[in-house]
Amino acid sequence: MKTEAEKRELVKMFQSKINAMQRLGKVSSEVATDHFAPFSTAFPNQTFPTGALHEFSSYEAVSGASTGGFIATLTGKLAKNDGICLWVSREKKVFPSGLKQFGLAPERIIFITTSNQKEMLWIIEEALKCESLTAVIGEIKQLTFTESRKLQLAVERSGVTGFIHRFMPSGENAVACTARWKITPLQSSFDDDLPGVGHPYWDIQLLKVKNGKPDSWQIGWQNGQFQTFSKENNPISINERHAG
Amino acid sequence: MTRYASIWFPFLLSEHAIRKQPELCEVPFVLASRKKGRMVIDASSKLATQKGIFSGMVLADCKALFPELEMLESEPGKNEKLLLALAEWCIRYTPFVATDFPDGLLLDTSGCTHLWGGESAYIETIKEKMKSFGYTVSIAIADTIGTAWGIARYSSQNIVPEKKQHEALKNLPANALRLNPLILSKLKKLGLKRIDSFIGMPRESLRRRFGPELPTRIGQALGQELELIVPIKPVEPYMERLYCLEPISTATGITIALEQLLQTLCTRLESEGLGLRKATFSAYRIDGDIQQIEIGTGHPSLNTVHLFKLFEHKIATLEPSLGFELFVLEAPTTESVSEEQAVIWNALNQNDKKIAELIDRITARKNTNVISRYLATEHYWPERSVKEAEPLWEKATVEFRSDLPRPIHLLSKPEIVQVTAVLPDNPPLFFRYKGKIHTVSKSDGPERIEQEWWISDGLYRDYYCVEDTEGARYWLFRSGPYEKEQPQWFLHGFFA
Repeated sequence: MKTEAEKRELVKMFQSKINAMQRLGKVSSEVATDHFAPFSTAFPNQTFPTGALHEFSSYEAVSGASTGGFIATLTGKLAKNDGICLWVSREKKVFPSGLKQFGLAPERIIFITTSNQKEMLWIIEEALKCESLTAVIGEIKQLTFTESRKLQLAVERSGVTGFIHRFMPSGENAVACTARWKITPLQSSFDDDLPGVGHPYWDIQLLKVKNGKPDSWQIGWQNGQFQTFSKENNPISINERHAG
Repeated sequence: MTRYASIWFPFLLSEHAIRKQPELCEVPFVLASRKKGRMVIDASSKLATQKGIFSGMVLADCKALFPELEMLESEPGKNEKLLLALAEWCIRYTPFVATDFPDGLLLDTSGCTHLWGGESAYIETIKEKMKSFGYTVSIAIADTIGTAWGIARYSSQNIVPEKKQHEALKNLPANALRLNPLILSKLKKLGLKRIDSFIGMPRESLRRRFGPELPTRIGQALGQELELIVPIKPVEPYMERLYCLEPISTATGITIALEQLLQTLCTRLESEGLGLRKATFSAYRIDGDIQQIEIGTGHPSLNTVHLFKLFEHKIATLEPSLGFELFVLEAPTTESVSEEQAVIWNALNQNDKKIAELIDRITARKNTNVISRYLATEHYWPERSVKEAEPLWEKATVEFRSDLPRPIHLLSKPEIVQVTAVLPDNPPLFFRYKGKIHTVSKSDGPERIEQEWWISDGLYRDYYCVEDTEGARYWLFRSGPYEKEQPQWFLHGFFA
């Protein structure tokens, strides 16, 4: 007869195995990386899912830039120092000099621009099939469920992480993905009341996670890492600042 | 052993005229052009020749003899054009084809004839084909160009066995040695009409009497002196050919042919330590049309599967119609595959190859796909601070800087905004962008970036990072100083 603790251990092991099969996280025996703290907590097995499809959406140029920045931080953590990434977009927009502050080496990214939507999907799919890439970032306008399913299948086979950024889509249809994010910029803040624009500061909403708990964070990016502020004692709320 | 074939077209121009106007085959006709004020015949048709009319005669004389003689204006340089076209068509029989003006072709048939089942079958095939085009030809194969030329024109024989040039030539007239008319008339005057009457004479005395041409020509005909042909198309060192028994008109057939050719070409390149950079796949259609598809790779490649993928979607552009009878795969550009070159940055070899192949596939697919990698340059001016890596795997010489605030999205063309600022050098208080007023709550700056005078003239820019009350961060700049006129403000980028 097994003890309660042993049983719990067994269940945990099975769960992690199932998750691994579903590409929802690594088996616990593998070294868990906490580069993705605090986001890892929302995902099953406390692991940020790599080799999966993440979907982002934004409707304005400003939130588009914030989303781009956030994706750059995630990609930078994934690529570390030797990964090669592909950035597919409709037009030349990303400024390589602006990427370095997010921990992503601009010279390790291959940018592809194409105006044709069909062509772009083909490129993203082919790139996701190429195991040698670390991540593929696709800035796309529309994505139907069938198309996303194709990308998802490619990702499951190759283990490449895909970030699909839907910029100004005409509607939010459901797509097959492991996680759905929405990033909006927040007023930047300093710990003390220094003047000037501070570090990037975002409202990050994790709207959907497979087998996980959707969550939201207000988080800053500073000196190469995420800076969290608990929701209650947010240093200066926007309204207060207005009053001041 | 080298073997040469000489093809002679006795009625090249007139038969071409018949091809154009079939009704001419019933009547004797000549092609003539104006020379020194009178019409001189350039070429006469088979029927006209039988009546004793040859090129070089004056048209008026011939008209007096045969009033029913038809006349066509001849086109200068026509025979060269025709021969060149015929030579290109003959590439299916051997890669080395040369034109032999004014009325023949030369083929280096070494190692080719067995594909048609021997030399006589080879000659028959060409004769048949030429006959179907309407050309009468006389073909001879011999060890030397000189002998083949003479036999084709002055003998009924077709094939001269190896090293039997002397026997084949001895009964022919002296004309069979490609001599100029002056030497021929001298020989005639001395009664040396047949080749065997002077071929045995000492070369030195021949040289003294007739000049250096005669001994040279004899030497070339007998194979004692080297003679080379200049092929109309330079033969690519890396070329593979595939002949088809039956014309191929399906995509599957073309696919099989291409795969086979890639396999042989890559095996050959691999043994020489080379990789393919550019390849041309040509398909020769049965009606003489030649179609080509091309690919290029960013890295020397030997991966047949990958190369085939690059060709794959272009196969559909080939139009087989009645079918292709010959496929040729050429590699005009190759590069040596060396170990250090295979390493991009410091990632693993295998990975690099896969990424390079992916890039090739994307490039091959459509021209509208722009692939670029960016490197830092030593410029502050934002538009010039990055450059495209050329080639794609160029190594960075300058590090990207992270100490200056730079936006993540940069507008390719700065957009005009209306700005309110308290004092000339103060950051903006409000700005209007696309009809919306943004209230600035925080700002940094200015960061002045001067024009690089050695590159371009213009105003300097004062850059400000501003954050509006909604938390959105922008990169604005003022172009030039406050003077009589208000300076223009621009929005240049978005911060994350």
